[in-house]
Formats: sequence, C-alpha cells, structure tokens
Amino acid sequence: MGYFLEQAGNALSLGGIYALLAIGLAVVYSILGLINFAHGALMTLTGYILVFTASAGLPFAVGAPIAVVLVMVSAVLLERIAFRPVRGASGATMLLTSFAVAVLLQLGFQLFISTRPQVVPLPAMLTTTLDLGGFAIGVNRIISVIVAVVVLVALNQFLKRTILGLAMRAAAEDFDVTRLMGIRANRVIATAFAISGLLAAIASVLWIAQRSSVDPMMGLVPVLKAFIATTLGGLGSLQGAVLGGILLGVIEITLAAYLPQAALPYQGAITLGIVILVLVVRPQGLIGPRKEAVK
Amino acid sequence: MTAMLSIADLDVRYGAIQAVRGVSLDVAEGEIVAVLGANGAGKTTTLKAAVGLVPTARGEIRFAGKPITGRDTEDIVIAGMTLVPEGRRVFPSLTVTENLRLGAATRKNAAEIEQSRNEVLSLFPILAERGHQAAGTLSGGQQQQLAIARALMSAPKLLLLDEPSLGLAPQVVDDIFDLILRLKARGLTILLVEQDAVAALDIADRAYVMANGRVVMSGDAATLRASDEVAHAYLGAHPDQSLAEPA
Repeated sequence: MGYFLEQAGNALSLGGIYALLAIGLAVVYSILGLINFAHGALMTLTGYILVFTASAGLPFAVGAPIAVVLVMVSAVLLERIAFRPVRGASGATMLLTSFAVAVLLQLGFQLFISTRPQVVPLPAMLTTTLDLGGFAIGVNRIISVIVAVVVLVALNQFLKRTILGLAMRAAAEDFDVTRLMGIRANRVIATAFAISGLLAAIASVLWIAQRSSVDPMMGLVPVLKAFIATTLGGLGSLQGAVLGGILLGVIEITLAAYLPQAALPYQGAITLGIVILVLVVRPQGLIGPRKEAVK
Repeated sequence: MTAMLSIADLDVRYGAIQAVRGVSLDVAEGEIVAVLGANGAGKTTTLKAAVGLVPTARGEIRFAGKPITGRDTEDIVIAGMTLVPEGRRVFPSLTVTENLRLGAATRKNAAEIEQSRNEVLSLFPILAERGHQAAGTLSGGQQQQLAIARALMSAPKLLLLDEPSLGLAPQVVDDIFDLILRLKARGLTILLVEQDAVAALDIADRAYVMANGRVVMSGDAATLRASDEVAHAYLGAHPDQSLAEPA
C-alpha cells in the first residue's frame, strides 16, 4: 500500500507537469494551428535563468518568479519575431518555423552557455522527503502537484470569467467572428503565447525541482511527451491536454513501478503502444477537438 | 437622410478571381436595404469587405461619413458597424451568456452593457431561458437569434445581416424577418443580404440586385417586387412564379 501511494504521488506529479506543458501547446495550437516545438526551448531558458539568478546570489524563491516572468515575456517576443510573419501560412510552414526557432535557441544555449549540464541550486526544503505514516514522498513532488492544481484552477477561472479568457476560447472556435466582436487578433494571440510561456516556465521550475540541473536539450523530451499527451487527449482541446497529460504520467509511472525488471527497457515502447491503441480506437483523441483551428 | 454606409466602386479579389466588380451602394440612416442575387453573386464578399474581413482591391467605403477602407475589423466594429455572418457562427462550446458577453467586449460601462443585455433578452426571451446552455446545442433558429443578439450587444448603428434565413424552417424565417422590422422600428439601420428575395423585398425599403460580382439593378423594394425582369433574370424564380404574387 505504501509503495502504491508513493507511486501515485509520483504519477500525479509527473502527470501534472505534462498537463501544464500540454495545455501550453494546446492553447497556441487551438488558436493558430501551430504546434510550437520551441516550447521546449522555453523550458530550457527557464532553467538557465534559474542558474543565473542563483549565481547572482538570489534565493530560489526569488529566482523562480523572475524566471517565470522573463520566460512569459520571451514567449510573447517569440511570437512577434518568429511566428507573426508566418501567421495564416500552412501548418507545415508554421511547424518548420517552430523547429527552426527551437534549434536556434538550443544552439544558442550550447554556444553561449555550455553543452554540459549546469547545476541549479535548490533549497534544502525541496529535496527533503516527508514520511506520511507508511509511505514517503518528496516535498518537491507534493509542491509539484499543488502548483499544478492551483495553476489549472486559475487558468480555468481566467478562461471562464474574464473577457480575454472568453475571447481565447472563442478565437479557438472561430477567429474571424472573434474579431467581429471587436477583439483584437494580436491581443488574443499574444495572450495565448504569454499563457503558454507562463505554463512552460512553471512546468520547468517543477521539473528542475526534481533534477536540479539544466542542459541545452532539457526541454526536448518533456515537450515531446506533452505533444503526445495533447494528441492523446485530443489536439486543440484544453481539457483533453490536461487529461492526456495526467494519463501519460500515470501510464509511465505505473509501467516503471510494476513492469518486471526484464521488461523495463521497453517501458517507452509500451507507453507509446498504449497511446497508439487509444488513437486507433479514437483517432480524434479522448476528448475530440471541436473544430479545425483557424489562422 | 444622411448616408450611414456608402460603398463606391468596390473591387474585391481572391487571388486571380474577382468576386466583386465596381459595386456601389448606399444605406441611409434608418433604412433596411436588401442585397439580392443568386449564390456566388458577390453579396457576402461585399459585406465582408465592408467590415474589413477581406481586403479591398479598389474603391472606397465610408461609414457615418468617415472613410474606413482598409481599416481593421476591430476598429470598424468599435465605430458602430457589425456583421452577423452567414451560417450564424455562434461560438458553439460557449454558453449563450458567454456569447452575449463577448458581443459587448468593446464596451466598458457595466451599467450600459447590463441595459443592452436586458433589451436584447426582452427581444429574444428564449435566450434568457437558455443562458447556461452551450450555444452549439441550440436549434438553428435559436442560434440565428443568438447571433443577432450577440451583434446587438456591441450597440451598433448599422447591422449587416448575411443570409439570416438560410437553413431555417419557413415559420422561423417569418419570425426572424419580423424581428428585423422591430429592430428597424427601434432606430437601427440594416443592410440585409438574402437569397430569399420575396421575404427580403417584403421588409426592405430599397434593394440592390447583384449578379457576377456587379450590381445589375437597384431601386425601391416595391418597384423591384413588381418587376418580372427581376424575378426571372436575377432571383432564380421559376417562370410560373411571379414575385408580384408571393406564395
């Protein structure tokens, strides 16, 4: 029982991070039809900002919010510089643009920082483990689950209660008609990128809180997983992204915890096999998208 | 009467295809003006150009005396002209209330928005009942009511309606056209694009007939209603069906 609860904590913590990343991808995709692979570079950037703020003597609790704000701003700048010129172009053009941006940023990190992993100093509190009578769980994982839940609830409130949030949901369904409401296209799109940057940065802080290092490729794997999660949940659906993210976390941890030793090397293959099975039965994902995204 | 909307010599192109050729039309304050014609005549494109959703290749569009050619859709809506697009296009997963709230997105004064809301809901009582329902689950007629209500929430001076009768049952079409008359009585100016020429000429003051991207005829609704030429050549009526004696 203790082992099960421990693994459940791990699954929720990993699933929560995937969910945050997956929503970040889905928010942009639902409005622009752009699958932003540069999302991973935003995660990596967060890590390096944490390294710099730490070396400047700032504690993690100060560095983390700074990193989140700077990465949000970077995401908006990325849209202005790289994605606005190809707005309305074909999906393939936008996809290639996002790959180009991802590669450029990654090369930048390699050239100007280092190809080797940099240590992100974490407060001792994050690396301790709580004994909850029969099972132990890392404080970082507890915080990770709490932060993910709080962020998801806040995002949901934003999308339901504010005009800008409603406009984002509307733009995902019908961009032209959203403009007919007098809502500026650029404002909606900038907000989508700001939210995706915010979520990437928060996910990155939680990710790093469990690893305490950053390298130029750090964001690549989690964002690939997040992409799988959005596909699993239903590309373009925000609820689907959350569901897919948590489900993927649960599948991965369950396999890691309960597969026999000999089968462990195939954990990734089995995970993807399950995802493929789901997509064979439901090609539109668990929660199908409402409609194709508009330029 | 002053011209609320005036379009002069408008050309619109989609790549190599010229959808609108030298169209000129005026809408005076307080009028209902209909634009009639068969599918593909350029009616919808003319409306889209008026609100800046498609670029103008040539010509000038003035709203309330000011040139708006090439302006952003968002600015045109804020200035007081809005479009209820063909096919209604409510936001399907948003509730009725959320759709209406977005209609007032450009307005700041909460008291005035609330007043518009009450007015709109008294015009469309069904929407008050369905406030929490997702717009996509409404019937076609209810969605058309919501689309018009949403547009009214921006407090427009001029309302462009694109094919409001499309796909609706005849009884529902009558209701929608009654409603358009009531909006006129409340002082709203309306430019109405319709394929259902009989119904449109019934409520319009004046009308333009379009074919192949051009205005081919225009005049009083009564005159056009009486014209066999209109019926046969441009409105797709059967030879045995005269517009003068609507069914």
